This record gives sequence, structure tokens and C-alpha cells, in this order.
Amino acid sequence: MSNYDKWDWDTSKKKVADLSAWRERFPYIEEFRVSHDGEKVAAIVKNEDMEFTVCVQSEDNEPETWENGYDKAWNLQFGPDDRLSALVSDAGEWKVSTDDETWENGYDFIWNMKFNSNGNIAVSAQKELLYSVVNNDTPWENEFSRLTDMVISPDGDKTAAVVESVPVLESEIFKFRQGCYSIAVNGETWDRNFMNVWNPSFSDDSNHIAASVRTSYYDYYIVVDGKTWDKSFSSVWEPRFSPSSIEKSSITAPNGELLNKELHPHNYSVTAPVKRGGKWYLAKDGEIFWDRPYFQLWQQFYSPDGTKIAAIVAPEFGKWTIALDNTPWEIRFSDYLSDPLFSPDGNGVACLFKDKGKWGVAVDGKAWDCLFDMVWQPVFSNNGSHLAVKFKKDGFYHIALNGNIIDEKYDDLANPIFSPDNSSILVRGLQGSSYNRKVIKI
Amino acid sequence: MHNFYYFATGPLAWIAFLVFIGGSIWRFRSLLELARRKDSIVFEYMDTKFALRSIVHWLIPFGSRSMKINPTMTVVTFLFHICLFLTPLFVFGHVILWKENFNISWFTLPNAVADIMTFIVIASCLFFLWRRIKLADVKYLTTPLDFIILFIVAAPFISGFWAYHQFPGFATMTIIHIISGEIMLMAIPFTKLFHMFLFPFTRGYIGSEFGGVRMAKDW
Amino acid sequence: MSEYKSVNEIKKDTKKNESKKIEDRGILNGLEQLTPEKIESVINQVINDETGARLKVYVDTCVHCGMCSKGCHFFLSLNDPKFSPAGKVKQTLWEILRKKGKVSTEFIKDAATVAYTQCNLCKRCAMYCPFGLDVAYVMSVMRRICHKLGVVPLYIQDTAHSHSATMNQMWVKDDEWVDTLMWQEEEAQEAMENLRIPLDREGADIFYSVIGPEPKFRAQLIFQAAVIMNAAHENWTMPSMPGWDNSDMCMFTGDYEMMERLKRRHFESALHLRAKRIVMGECGHAFRSVYDVGNRALGWKMPPIEVVHAIEYYNELFEQKKIKIKKKFDRPVTLHDPCNISRGRGLHEMARNIVNATCSEFIEMTPNREHNYCCSAGGGVINCGPPFKNARVESGKAKAKQLFAAKAKGAEVVIAPCHNCHGGLEDIIHHYGVEMELKFFGDIIYEILELPES
Repeated sequence: MSNYDKWDWDTSKKKVADLSAWRERFPYIEEFRVSHDGEKVAAIVKNEDMEFTVCVQSEDNEPETWENGYDKAWNLQFGPDDRLSALVSDAGEWKVSTDDETWENGYDFIWNMKFNSNGNIAVSAQKELLYSVVNNDTPWENEFSRLTDMVISPDGDKTAAVVESVPVLESEIFKFRQGCYSIAVNGETWDRNFMNVWNPSFSDDSNHIAASVRTSYYDYYIVVDGKTWDKSFSSVWEPRFSPSSIEKSSITAPNGELLNKELHPHNYSVTAPVKRGGKWYLAKDGEIFWDRPYFQLWQQFYSPDGTKIAAIVAPEFGKWTIALDNTPWEIRFSDYLSDPLFSPDGNGVACLFKDKGKWGVAVDGKAWDCLFDMVWQPVFSNNGSHLAVKFKKDGFYHIALNGNIIDEKYDDLANPIFSPDNSSILVRGLQGSSYNRKVIKI
Repeated sequence: MHNFYYFATGPLAWIAFLVFIGGSIWRFRSLLELARRKDSIVFEYMDTKFALRSIVHWLIPFGSRSMKINPTMTVVTFLFHICLFLTPLFVFGHVILWKENFNISWFTLPNAVADIMTFIVIASCLFFLWRRIKLADVKYLTTPLDFIILFIVAAPFISGFWAYHQFPGFATMTIIHIISGEIMLMAIPFTKLFHMFLFPFTRGYIGSEFGGVRMAKDW
Repeated sequence: MSEYKSVNEIKKDTKKNESKKIEDRGILNGLEQLTPEKIESVINQVINDETGARLKVYVDTCVHCGMCSKGCHFFLSLNDPKFSPAGKVKQTLWEILRKKGKVSTEFIKDAATVAYTQCNLCKRCAMYCPFGLDVAYVMSVMRRICHKLGVVPLYIQDTAHSHSATMNQMWVKDDEWVDTLMWQEEEAQEAMENLRIPLDREGADIFYSVIGPEPKFRAQLIFQAAVIMNAAHENWTMPSMPGWDNSDMCMFTGDYEMMERLKRRHFESALHLRAKRIVMGECGHAFRSVYDVGNRALGWKMPPIEVVHAIEYYNELFEQKKIKIKKKFDRPVTLHDPCNISRGRGLHEMARNIVNATCSEFIEMTPNREHNYCCSAGGGVINCGPPFKNARVESGKAKAKQLFAAKAKGAEVVIAPCHNCHGGLEDIIHHYGVEMELKFFGDIIYEILELPES
């Protein structure tokens, strides 16, 4: 998130846009997007010629549409650098457009726009029924008959995806069983094929890739850089790399980018949930790491310095909680658990839960008292002492800080962002027809 | 002959009851343990209300569509099971044994009624036999063991009827009656006769699934 | 059918059904790779590691009484004891348990055919067995064994492979999915200006999911759903990435690891978008997999997010008066109750509410509601494809009789709110010359819907 520390953290309230003007002007408006810094609001609209285009407005300007109009535009997003991108098509040719500048190369279809933390963009692309990935307007040299699950490396230089490395026709079930899928990194496939490949994921240093594969109906493996772990399991979930060793004092921006980062050389390791004998365990580099059996275990996540690991688990059927270093919290939730994360200092763990139909937030094994109709990813302050969420109740959006509702109600709201010094929260939301940017002191 | 009679009514009877009770407990416990270990989810869905709802519907004659479209079978099975349970419990000859041995007694059936009930059990067994031989789908499912079980169930009633009415050779038949009754008791935990104990659980489980999850009737 | 049919009466029918040659390459070629040791070890692994008291109780409690026979439309249609539910268990698990897994490849061939193509897993027999024994569960265990042995009918195996590679049933590629939605959106805009199929809209009330065959073969259903959602002014969304397909043939082949992966992706897809609930199109098996089977396998007693079948949703639209109709559908209709949503979720009364709200004349088929006959296509049977089509249609004779009876009372249109039922009923209607028209509820509602002013 560019210039995160230089954003306006002083102005307590700005009206970024009056959307009633938009509604008068455009017959068709899609969902509004707001920049991370809260200074701009944008949406896909139809212009006077009934073409799709993008309209942007900031505090000091009138709503302004992109000069180019298109047959179709979708997937409008502010990247981590707050540049605005969309996938657009003109006469059947699809391109990425960023701030109204389109890429040189066009395709029959593009989708799955991915950003790295610097705002580098990659998309999956199809041209004449052949598939590849285009990273920053540069397509892979090799194309494939099938491609899915594209990911971009943290440094933005690499892209990887699951590809059909051996073209297989529908109904060729025995050929399929031999293994026709692999991972391609920057277009180059690993030299081994698998029956299936899922969940490719880059290491922090962008040099390694891990994925889940199966080589037969009952041999599931974790594969790292094309080599499987020694042992197979009856099933596996997504592998994750341990994070790079990072100075504890570093500041994490809301997009996960580390400011003031100081990387130390380290040996990476990979963990993954694995199933054996009908129960789930956490495995590390091929060996069972958490020896306690769980009914379910997934979404393992690391503390920023990599010394702690936690995961969403169901110690018993239908009862969900977080296990921190293989010790489950005592509290249990019946419906669902999601968006778990460590605080930047690694001392706290938070997650969202759904229990008996209501959503809530749990921190370090304790649930907040307030329950919601819906709640979004929790956000820790950089010092780990505050936790904020956006939630919805009775049709309106609010922000809750440490379990208490702060500020007014909104008709629409973006996720809150803490200031670098942890003293304020940036709230970006729609009230009536005004899109407001507020900085609220904690 | 007398010694054998005493053996059959003494130690063998004790053994039969012990095997029946002990065996049933053992079978229950082993099933329960297996369920806990490998089908623990079953317990999560068990629901007393819906289990009872299902059991009740299936304990009422013609309470389910299945019973309605098989009326003969429904009438026969209900009469059969009722008589099968009540006759040995309340027949005068048995109650007197309890009185003599343990000095406890209870209501007894008039002899004529007991006779009719015994006859119903025997006739039902013949009906089941006929089904096993004559109905294609039942015949296809039938194994030699099914005939043996049918015989194990019928034997105490046939022999009891015989002995009570003092038909020729009734003395021998009395011993056969006692032994066949004991065999039946001992067979319960180890054969399909155990279905009498499993019924509430299988019915209750499917009733819970239908009631609690599927929100539908199961009768 | 009288209460009892004699052995002789049935013999004729049995002969007719006997030893039809299996010509399925998935099964035959799969068998070639088996050895007796492999069969034994796979069977014992499944029996010992994956089953327990349930299977034991089901097999041990069955008193071979034959009461389940009339619970099964295969038996009712074919009059062959081999097709009674318990008869199918006899040909599969009884033998396997008796021989402790020491069975031949020939046995596996027949057992695979029985388990995959002669049982729709419709669970009707559980309502006819006095003990409520669940033969569908036993058949699923057999399928699980066959899956692990690699002996699965080719067509359904292929769809299971598609699920694993694409997260949908029909090999629909990521781009084809979005492209289809955009195409349907554009088409539907002819009916309603500025109509939208909103992709990836966060916080929507409704996450609408469909089965793979919709974008592949029946895109007009997405079109219709879009029109209905827009007419009802719903805050809804569809995902642009895999996870949109709620169907699940892996559940039916016995590939439970894949089933878990599919359901997780589907649930997370909706939950990631913070949707309030999942509304599904008119499909039965997908509902079963999302509402009942897949969630359990993943560790949820009930789905982690409310799952609403189209019937429940349409019923709600009428109850809350969210949509208006121009006039009622004026041809006489009858209703087929799909197993997975009537016996599987008790939606049959709501279905009747919708019929009453939309159609002027309704003629019941009997038996109905929980006691309906399956279309013979469910449980993955139709997905086993052409090699088994004739046998499948023959086992739909009981259904055909029902249809004829409804037709005799005047019904012209059959409403079947399930894709597999549509496939199955279409074949039955054609084969037996029933000459009735098939419709989804969506077809009827779309036809009579009054479009709001834009």
C-alpha cells in the first residue's frame, strides 16, 4: 500500500463524493469501490453512448469517466498501490485497463486479476482456446489446453498456475489417472505430472512453490518445487510456507506488505493439513507435526516471525475452534470459523465465527459479547493492541473496535484501516448519498 | 430322563438366562463401543422426539404405508410378535414355575387363550415359511439360517402345545419344549433374533434423520 | 400390484432381466487392473477403517423379510427379486462380509453394476423397511469400495474427474463460466433493461449457485433465474471463480475426498463473499450434497451457511409477494417430487404451494410426497451414461405408469424441480410414449412473470 504512512491522518472528515450526482448522470452504476487511502471512489457505469466505462471521483473533483468506453467491463479493483484497474473488452478483445491505460496485448478472455503487494498485475488469459498467464502485459511463452488456480509471487516477478500438461480429452479416464496436470511457473511446467494439482502457493521469497496433489484416488501428497513429500496421505489441504524471519518491530500494512522489513536468511519449511485414518493432523515437511487428531483442520497460519502456528480445527464433530501450537481454545463454535490471523506482534490471535446462525469475533479464545448479522476480516492495529471489524446488523454497516461499536451507521462500508501510529482508524463509507472518509481517533 | 429334566430346568435354565442376558449386554456394549469409535456422528443426529415419533408410528398396526400395502403381513406380524412375547410370560405352566422356584407370580392367561395364542405363533411361523418358499423376493433373500431361526422360534411353541395337551410322547416333548425354549433364549444375542433389541435404535436413528434433517416422515 | 407375487409369476420377468452384458469400459478396463490381493486389501481397508456399527447393524438386523421390495421402483418396475433393496445388499455387502473380502473380479463387476446403476440411493426403501435400514448407505459403501478399486462406470467417473480438475461437473473452463454468465446477462437485458448478474458482489443476501450442466447445456435457466432475481429486486450474486458449481458426482462415485474438496470450495466461495445464504437452482442431488452429505464429511452438523433450494426460495417469493404474475399457467400440470428435496428435505408442501400460486389446474400423481417414485436417474445412475440407459429406462416403468395415470386425469405438463429428474423423466416419457411436456418451476414462473417497470 503505497505511502500508507503519508496518508492524510489528520482531517477528521471529508466528503469524497456525492453519489446523487452520479445517479442523475448515469442510468447504470455497478458497486462502488473506494481506494485504500479513502480519497477516491469509483464504479463501473454506462456512459452516454451506453458503453461500459469507469467513473472516478475524489474530494476536489467532479465525477469523471474514463475516456474509453467498452462493450463490457468487470472486476474493477483498486490495487494495493491504489491504481484502479478493470478487465475490459472491445470488439471481443479483452485487456487489462489501469487508470484508463490498456495493455498492449489482448485476449479472447481474461479473468482472475491478481495483484502483488506492489500493485503488479497478473491475469489468466485465453486466446484461441489456449491458456496462459499474463503478468504485467507479458504473456507466458507456453500455452496450455487448460489452466486454473493462478497465483502471483510476492515479488510480482513470477506467476504460477495449475495447467493441463498432457492434453486429456473428456472420457479418457484411464489416461487421466496416469496424471495429466502439473504446475507451470512463468509458463515452464514442472517435469512431473499428477492426477490433480490444487492450491499452488509461493514462499515469501518467491523462490519456491508448494501445492497439493494426488497421484491416485488415495495417494495425496504435498509437493514442493515439483517434488512430493515422501509419504502419501488419504487427503491433504492447502500447504503453506513458513514466513521469512522478520524483525518483530516491523509494521505490516493492511495488505500484508511489510514496512521497514528486514529479511534474514532462513530455511523455509512447509506445513499442510493431512488426513490419516479418517482424522486430520498438521504435517510439516512430510512428517506429522501436530500429533493430535482432529475431525477437521485447515487454514493453518503463522505468527509473523514464524515461531507460532495456529489453525482452524474441529476437535469434535461439529465443534469448531482455533488450535494454537496444537492446543485448541476451550471455546467452541457450531457453524463456522474464518479469517483467522495473528496480531503483528504475534501475541494475539483473532478470528471470525458463526455460532447458531449469528456472527461474531473471537480473540485469544474469548468471544466478543456483540453478535452480528455479518462480519468482515478482522484488522489488528500495528502494535497488536486493537482489533477492528466492519460488520452488518439490521441492514446497516458499522465498525466495532475491541468489541464496542464506534461511529455512526453506514449504508456501505469498506474495511477499517489503522494509522501507522495506532492512534486512529480510517473509516470509508457511504451515508445516504455521500461517500465519506473519516479518521477517528481511538 | 428325570435327571435330564432336572438338568434342563435347573442348570441349563440358569445357563440359558445367563447367556441370554449376558450375551445381549455384551452385544449391545460391543455395538455401542464400535459406534462410539467409528460412527460417532450417529449420536450427533439422534433426537429423542423424532426417534419416538418414528418408533410409535411403526408400533401401531397400519401406522406406515408399508404396512398398509402389505395388510396380511401386517396382521400376521403384529399378532405373531404379541403372542410370541405374551404367551411364554403369562402361560399358567410358566408362571407356576416362577411361583415354585422363586415364590413370585403374576397374572396368567386362561388356557384356551394361551392355546389360541400358541396356535397363532405356530401359524405365523408357517406363514413366514410359506413366504420364504413361495415369494420370489423373500426366497431370494432367504438363507438356510433363516429356516433354522424360524424353526428355533416355532419349536418351543409346537412342543409346548404338544406337551400341554399330552399328545403321545408328551414327556419327551416336555423336555424338548424346555430345551428348545432355552435354545431360543440363548440364540437371541447371537442371531438375527437380536433385532428385537435393535429395533428402537435402527428405527430411532432413521426417524431422527428423517425428522431432524430431512424434515420428512418416515412411515 | 397385488400384495404377493408368486415365484412363477416373477420368474418370467427375472429371465428377461438376466445377464445383460455390461459394456462399460470404465468397469471392464478397471477390472483388468485388479488382482485378488488388491480386491481383498481395498475391501478390508474400507470395511475396517471407514465403516463401523452402522453397516454392521444394517447387515445383521435385516431379517430377510422382503418388506423393502415394494419400497423400490426397480423392483416394482422389473418384478425381479435381484432388484429388491435387500436383494442388492445380498449381491454386494453380504457376500463381501461373508467372504471377508475374498471375492472375484467377476463379483466386483456385478457388484459395481448393482451399486452404481441399479440403486438411485433414493432412500425410499428405508421408509418401507420396518427397521428403517438404510440400503442407500450400504450401496454407498459398495460404491466407495469400487471407487477405490478403480472400477467405476466411465461416464460418471469422467464427471468426477471433471470435478477434480475444474471444480465443476462438466469440464467448464474458468473463462467459459464467466463468459456464459455475461452472455446470459446480455440476453436477459432484452427482457429487462439494465438487468444484472452481479459477479462477486460482497455482502449479498443471496449467493446463487447452479450445477455444471446449466452453463453447459441449459444456460437459459441462468437467464430465467437472473430475470426472476431482478424482478424480485434481490441483492444477489454469482461467483466468477470455481466454487460456483454445487453439484457433486464424487459423492456418488464414492470419491469422498473429492466431495469434501468440492463442498469446501462451494461453501467458502459463498462465505468468502459474505453472502447471507446460498440459494440453489432446481437440482436434487446437489442439494443433498450441500445440505446433508458434504457438510457432514467436512465436520459440520448442518451446512455452515443457510442453504435454500429453489423451491423454498420460490415459495418465499410468492409468500412475501416479491414477484407478481400476469396470469396463471393454464395447462393442467402434475408434479414429480424429487427424492432429494422431498424425502431429503420435506419441500413437497412448498412445491404444492408454488403450483397453486402459479398454475390453474393441478393433478396429483400417486404415490406422492415422501412416497414418490424416483425418476430412476438419481443417485448418479443417469450419469453412468449410455451403456446403462436402456436398463435405466426399463426401471422407470413404475414411474411411467404414474405419469400415464396423471395424464389420464388430464395432466399435460409434468413439473420436475430437479435436473436429474428432468433427464430421467425425459427418457421415460420418450420411451413409453407418455407424451407429456416437462418443465421446471423456473420455466413456469418465467413464463407468467410480470416484469416490473425498470
